[in-house]
Amino acid sequence: MQELDGGCRVTASQTYVQTPAAKAAYEARWQRIMDCVNLKQPDRMPVSMFATFWLAKYGGITNRQLMYDYEKVEEIGERAILEFEPDAHSNLVLQCALGPSLDAVGFKQLQWPGHGVSDTQPYQYLDREYMKADEYDEFLFDPTGYYLSKYLPRIAGAFEGLDELPYLPGLHYLRMLSGIIPFINPRIRESMEKVIKAAEEVKRLNDHQFEFIARMKMHGFPTAFGTTSIAPYDLIADYFRGATGMMKDLYRNKEKLLQLMDKAVVFILRQTFAAAKQWNHPIVFIPTHWAADAFMSQKQFETFWWPSFRKLIIGLIDGGLIPMPLWEADCTKRLEVIRDIPPGKCIYWFERTDMVRAFEVLGDVVALRGNISPSLLTTGKPDEVDAAVRHLAENVFHKGGKLTLDAAFGLPDETPIENVRAMYAAARKYAS
Amino acid sequence: MAEMTDQEKQLVEWLADMNEDGAFALAKKMLLEEGANPVRVLELCRNAMDIVGKRFEKGEYFLPELVLAGEMLENIGAIAKPLIKQAPGEEPKKLAKVLIGTVHGDLHDIGKNIVTFMLDINGFEVKDIGIDVPVKTFVDEINQFQPDVVGLSGFLTLAFDSMKETIEAIQDAGLRDKLKIMIGGGQVDETVRNYTGADAFGNNAIEAVSLCKNWMVVAA
Repeated sequence: MQELDGGCRVTASQTYVQTPAAKAAYEARWQRIMDCVNLKQPDRMPVSMFATFWLAKYGGITNRQLMYDYEKVEEIGERAILEFEPDAHSNLVLQCALGPSLDAVGFKQLQWPGHGVSDTQPYQYLDREYMKADEYDEFLFDPTGYYLSKYLPRIAGAFEGLDELPYLPGLHYLRMLSGIIPFINPRIRESMEKVIKAAEEVKRLNDHQFEFIARMKMHGFPTAFGTTSIAPYDLIADYFRGATGMMKDLYRNKEKLLQLMDKAVVFILRQTFAAAKQWNHPIVFIPTHWAADAFMSQKQFETFWWPSFRKLIIGLIDGGLIPMPLWEADCTKRLEVIRDIPPGKCIYWFERTDMVRAFEVLGDVVALRGNISPSLLTTGKPDEVDAAVRHLAENVFHKGGKLTLDAAFGLPDETPIENVRAMYAAARKYAS
Repeated sequence: MAEMTDQEKQLVEWLADMNEDGAFALAKKMLLEEGANPVRVLELCRNAMDIVGKRFEKGEYFLPELVLAGEMLENIGAIAKPLIKQAPGEEPKKLAKVLIGTVHGDLHDIGKNIVTFMLDINGFEVKDIGIDVPVKTFVDEINQFQPDVVGLSGFLTLAFDSMKETIEAIQDAGLRDKLKIMIGGGQVDETVRNYTGADAFGNNAIEAVSLCKNWMVVAA
């Protein structure tokens, strides 16, 4: 894959001219992040910004407005970035202004403001069985067919007519002619029209994100990552079988589950490479959901979770990308296992794992990111936030840890603004 | 519990070892072919669940085993319960009453459901009032159900304020002194416990059971 440089070649409709000072600032910030990845000491500890509905609080609007008003998200996001001056920012528009796209595609896996939750609540995932326990064979035999006829119609209304698509394998030579007759089915036609309309809306959303990236580059701020990816176990657990379905499958469908995760590595890699190229960014954000100490035994982790994830990580690295898993919850017991990757190629973002312990085990292998506690940020005082940042700077960064400071999982939606100010001020105060 | 036969020991062992097919087939045979006492079979199931709980506490078992145990118990219960010809008042006495729900604004329920199941098999009378539960509903349900313990669940950070509001409302209704309040889920820690005014927090279902048992011992 050609070298991706973090947003330098994104296409935007307007030309944004970078001043020499902004260009130098951009390059210095990007260098800080890349020095960490390459396990070199940066000139100072970088600090990142990842936010979703916190922007509504910061901008004084409702969550619903944040989800539906592209320009407003851009305006508030820009204001936040200019105030806090992070070394890297997340895809603020893509993460927030999803409303029009979700509406257009008739998305069923989330409830969001105006669709099941109030205007001031965040969107929330609906844990359900989107794939039945007896559908492993069908999925394994023909993933594309399974997606078209079963999965996509279950998760998005726009796809519902596609459950009547003809079965395509076997349509050879002149048999193909009669085989395409089902395409005149009005349900299929209606479905395709809805999908096209939804695609146009998603394109608008992406264009806004591209514009935003270009504007922030003009100001001197790179993005922290381009696209996202997912652990094969989490993909099947969260988005197909549901949490409890998956847990039962560890006993009831062990072999098929392992086969499916192996297969998923291949299509997740293909999707991720295509998206990384689209966003022209080498860093891939991978929130992990089921790796935590409390969720399964070490043996189960090493059997079901880690092997396919490691294959994914190695595949991404081999393709020139920089995986950035966010290890959700406490993963202390997993540290020795997840050390088994090539050095200087990844960023490990930790949520509740003790960062000092993570540094001790992983400091010579990966860059680190995180992890000011959500409970402290939302309920603590600015001086307590300052102390927490100082603790990480002194005990991780200044001891050689390649740490990018951030909240544990981005800024919690309810964080008082004075605590966010305290976090960024402290990050600078203790950075060098 | 009365001395177990070899067959009964086998059932307990298979349940505790997650041998789902073996345990279900054996329980079914005992109940439907051999006329085993359904109350006795359910007692054996509870016995096995005690072992599951202990293995969880020791770090040998995790969530998948709790979920599968719940499923096994439900499937055997579905056969056993209709066979019980119980006289009124013969039900085993429950330890205490626990009211549980996910606080308003939050729709998550996996953790709450596992806590509900573990409390139930440990002898508590549990009333689960669902997800996104308004403050007033909690107060009304407490007045009606008269629980000894209230469990507030929440996965999102917005739950911190919802828990605090719920506990304040319980206080304002004059109910706070009559019950203990435990919180749990996602980001909950000691900082959150202190912020919300709960009596305790738990990291998992077994801790929730321990909290309730300890409170009942103190109260007794």
